[in-house]
This record gives sequence, C-alpha cells and structure tokens, in this order.
Amino acid sequence: MKIETKIKKNKGGLMAWVDERFPLSSLITDHLTEYYAPKNFNFWYFFGALALLTLVLQLITGLLLTMHYKPDAELAFASVEYIMRDVSFGWLIRYMHSTGASLFFVVIYLHMFKALIYGSYKNPRELLWLFGVAIFLCLMGEAFFGYLLPWGQMSYWGAQVIVNLFSTIPFVGPDLSEWLRGDYLVSDATLNRFFAFHVIALPIALLGLVFFHLVALHEVGSNNPDGVEIKKNLDKKTSIPLDGIPFHPYYTVKDLIGVSVFLIVFALIIFYMPEMGGYFLEANNFIPADPLKTPAHIAPVWYFTPYYSILRAVPPILNSQFPGVAAMGLSVIAFAFLPWLDKSKVKSIRYKGNLFKRWIALFVVSFFILGYLGTVPSNVWGQFSNTIPLIGGVDKATVVARIFTITYFLFFALMPYYSQKDKTKPVPSRVSYK
Amino acid sequence: MKILTKLFLIFIFVFPNIGFTNEHLTLDKAPIDLHDQASLQRGAKTFINYCLNCHSANYMRYNRLKDIGLSDNLIKDNLLFTAEKVGEPMKIAMNKKDAKVWFGANPPDLSVEVRARGSDWIYSYLRGYYRDPSRPTGWNNTVFDKTAMPHILWKLQGDQKLNEEHHTLELVKPGTLSAKEYDAFVGDLVNYLTFMSEPSKVKRLHMGYYVLLFLGLLLVLTVKLKKEFWKDIK
Repeated sequence: MKIETKIKKNKGGLMAWVDERFPLSSLITDHLTEYYAPKNFNFWYFFGALALLTLVLQLITGLLLTMHYKPDAELAFASVEYIMRDVSFGWLIRYMHSTGASLFFVVIYLHMFKALIYGSYKNPRELLWLFGVAIFLCLMGEAFFGYLLPWGQMSYWGAQVIVNLFSTIPFVGPDLSEWLRGDYLVSDATLNRFFAFHVIALPIALLGLVFFHLVALHEVGSNNPDGVEIKKNLDKKTSIPLDGIPFHPYYTVKDLIGVSVFLIVFALIIFYMPEMGGYFLEANNFIPADPLKTPAHIAPVWYFTPYYSILRAVPPILNSQFPGVAAMGLSVIAFAFLPWLDKSKVKSIRYKGNLFKRWIALFVVSFFILGYLGTVPSNVWGQFSNTIPLIGGVDKATVVARIFTITYFLFFALMPYYSQKDKTKPVPSRVSYK
Repeated sequence: MKILTKLFLIFIFVFPNIGFTNEHLTLDKAPIDLHDQASLQRGAKTFINYCLNCHSANYMRYNRLKDIGLSDNLIKDNLLFTAEKVGEPMKIAMNKKDAKVWFGANPPDLSVEVRARGSDWIYSYLRGYYRDPSRPTGWNNTVFDKTAMPHILWKLQGDQKLNEEHHTLELVKPGTLSAKEYDAFVGDLVNYLTFMSEPSKVKRLHMGYYVLLFLGLLLVLTVKLKKEFWKDIK
C-alpha cells in the first residue's frame, strides 16, 4: 500500500523507475524523514550515531591497513613499521585505526551507560538490548583479535594470557586452548587465524548485528531521557507521535554537532597524543614479539581492564583458576540479564528513587576502580601488615579489587530487590522539553 | 544525575594521567627538539658512525634523512656505509647468531627503540656507564644494571666511577670531550633516535593544526545549522 502511494507522489523520473524495482522512497520515509524520534534527546543520545561512525571509520582504515599489512610472524611487525614510514599517510591510517579502537569502546561504554540510566533495555526493548550486548561481545572479540596483529611484545603476551584462560576450563581446557591457538604456544598459525577473524568473520558478524540492532530500534522506536513512550500520545488526525520529530532533518543535523565534537577529540588524540600515555599504544608493543622473553608486567588494553581485575581478584578454588575466569565471563554477560533484573515501574533515572541512583553510582565507581587496578600490577600499593588478621600479607590492591568485584556483581544480583523497593516518582504523560 | 555526568567527564579527562607507573629510576631529561636540523644531522652522523655496526635500523631508509635537511648526494658521500643505494634501509652485516655468542645478547634494532624505552631512558643510559672490573666488558651502567653493551663512547666520555655511598657517578679519567660536550653529543644522538623512531612526527604535529582548524569551523557551521532547523521545535 505504502509503496504505491509513494510512487504516485513521484510520477515519472528516475525515482519512480527505481521505486518500481526497489523500495527506495519508502525506505527513506520509513527510516529517516517519517521515522519519529522523541524530541527530548540529550547529550547521551549522541553515542549511538557516533558508534556507527566509528564502525565505518574502523572498516575503512582497516581495509586500507589490510592492503599493506602482512599476517606472518616474520613480517608482521616490520609491515606495521612499513605502514608507519613508507606508505603515503600510512601513519595517519594506522593511528586512526588504533585510536578508533579505543574510542569505539569509549563510545560504546557511554552508549551502554545511557541505556542503563534511562532504562532503555526495559520492555519493549529487550531484544534491542540483547542485540546490543551481542555487538559488545563481538566488539571485544574484534579488539582482542586485532590487538595481536602488530606482533609486539604486548600483543603476543596478551594473546598468550587470554588464550590460556580457556585452558582453565575443567576437562577440555588444555585441548581447547591448543585448538584455539593452532599450536602449543601463540605462533604464526595463531596470527593467521586471528587475522582471518579480525578482517572477515567478526566484521561481518558486527555489521549483521548492527543491522538487526537498528531494525529492532526502528520497530519499537527510541526510548528517551524521560522513559515515556511517545507512541502512546498520537496526533488524532495524522497518528504521528505528538512528542516525536522526524529523524531527518532534525536529528541528522543535531548528530552532525556530535560528529564534529567527536572528530575534534579524535584528531587531538591522533595528531598530538596517539599513544595516549601508553593507554592506546603501549611502549612494550614497539618491541617485536619474543616467545622467550616474558614482559615483567602484562596488562590488557584499558577497555578490558575492569574484567581483567575481576579475573585477578577471584582467588583460585581447589587449585583451579576457573572461578576467576568464570567470574570474568559473567561480569560481561551480566549486562544481558538487565531487562529481567530491573523490576522498577519506571524506566528513567529521573523518576527512580535514591536507592537505584546510589547503586548505579556504586557500579560506576566499581567499574572505574577495577578498570584502574587492571592497568597496574597487583602489588602496586604494597601489602597489608602481617599483624592484621585475615588480610595480613595480602596485596592491598587485591583486597580493594575484591571489594569492588563484589560491589560490581551486587549491582546486578540485588537489582530485582532494590529496583522493586525503590521509591519512584510519578512519570509525566508527555516528555519534558524546554 | 548531574553528579554522575560530572564524574564521567572528570574520569575521561583524568584517565590518561593516573596510574602511569614508571620504574623507580630517576632519568635525566633528554634535550629533544625535532625542529633542530643541525642537531638531528649531528646525531645521524654519530648514529651511523658509532651505532650502526652492531645495531641495525631495519625500518629506516637512508633517504629518509632528507627529512632532516640532507640531500641524496650528501647521504651517498658521507653516510652510506652499510648499503649501496640511498633508498635502502639501514641494515647491518652482523648476523644474530654471531651477535648472541659475542655479546651474550642480541643488540636490538634501534628503529623504534625510543618508542619502546623513551628518549630520557636512552639519554640517561648512554651517560650512565661506569668502570666495573667484575663485568666481562669492564663496564656497568646505572640505568641498565649488568648491561651487555660495552661503553662504545668511552674515548669521548672518559672513565666514570660509581660512588657506592651516594650512588652517583664521578669522572675519574676525562675523555676527549668535556662533560658538557659529551652531554650535548649524546643529546644530539638521542634527538636523532627520536626522529628515527617516528619520522613523520613533525608532519603529524603540523598537519594537526589544519585538521583542527577545519573541524573547528565545521563545528561552528553544524551548531548554526542545528539552531536553524530546530527553531520550530517547541
């Protein structure tokens, strides 16, 4: 029905010719010019579009890097330096890709945080959220596989540590990690398969998931800082949401501001601090991978450090490191359960009570402290004096990491309880917009 | 909610600075100036004469020295010892197996050494040698204990002795350069090594201004565009 009316609107011409064969006009109207988004989006709503931008930037710079990079243990490190020196603007492409990887996580974390504070994972957006969590998992895999490719010391030993995590799984662990590596230790075979995953498998999976994420979003419509469903207040004549505005041009022009600011931050890092003090590009990774020389301190890149802290914080049980690995896995997967853990009557933090706000604040603090602790050795603050019972002689940082690991999990585990008990405020029937 | 937002912003900006733990070692600041072409050229000469026999710079081509003001002919006539053509990289003849036997460790390729160790580390290291008869080379180092590298520049610096009490170095036998001259000599070398570790850095810093200027204008435009479009939203 819709397509026919659209064709009638554009009689003749190229557009009509296309529309008879492909629903171009209706795609544009359904998803841009007549896709209604709430008019009260704030700062936090820039990051979805920015995530899409970062994805595209990573795909383009990645494609260009692949043209010069050599996935071979003998050549990989040198080929990266070749890109940095001999390829025209190779340094720019490489810095865009390495900085883009870190900023992708910054953007995704902020995007997820928005969902957390405005309850965007709640009914009817559970599937939208689950697609998002799947994207997050894929992105972690993509970052992990990509990190091995420069074949520096950190690349090599980081991969060694992470693949070894699988060897802690009872019974099948050692065989599984060997199967993943394709060798007894991280080697050329590992580099080749990681390259394949990084440039083919995961990008395709990511694009597919992002497509489903957007399909789900456009089916249910965006949430907003008030957590009010705009589809409940329709104009009686046109049945357009009263608080909705067409995505294009309103949000396309607004997102351009976000894009400009993002690109300024991006450019500042690329041109003036591409290593970001060792957080985006580690000094150790400028030493070629050496299987015989283990670095004194192996730490993952910053975006993995909260989970890495959790891994280190959980003590071995019955001589098995598996509980730590399981806890780390759970700390990431936990996000997927949010739609069913949150029993609150309201979506947005604006109308939630103090209980919920305090728990979110605790969670944020835990996330950052765990993140920080993951970047440093666990003896960074020294040990507790031996005279103290229970924790005497234990690394101070480990005790702190344990406390915040527990807090991290309690945020999720107690959510059904505190979200129900929380004193919520009445939600207005329309969005607030000044 | 406002507090949360603030907390987030504070963390994003503070993040790069916290927790960057250095080794418990006080390093002297290397006099790095990538715009000082005379210093870079002196450093390149030192590097090629003193270092580029045991150490290679496999990722650095000779003709990249044009970036620091040299010409193809100047390079060919004065610096081209380990290659035939100016377009070739700074390779060396010594093979890794021999090096391991002779020195006990393989002298690392120095192309990106500054990015791995830092310029201050190398600057302090090259000035930190002292006589130590217990070592096979006769030398030890305050920055890198039991270093395998002998003091290549000893004729220039002279002999230093470690004052065990204060853990300071004392010049016991002067070399051909004064202490000040030697510091400047090493400074030029480290300046060159810094250039070599990222030859496009000067270009990068320069290009950044134009990109940021463009993006700044873009931001002004997009803000105005948005205001224009959103006028009718009430």
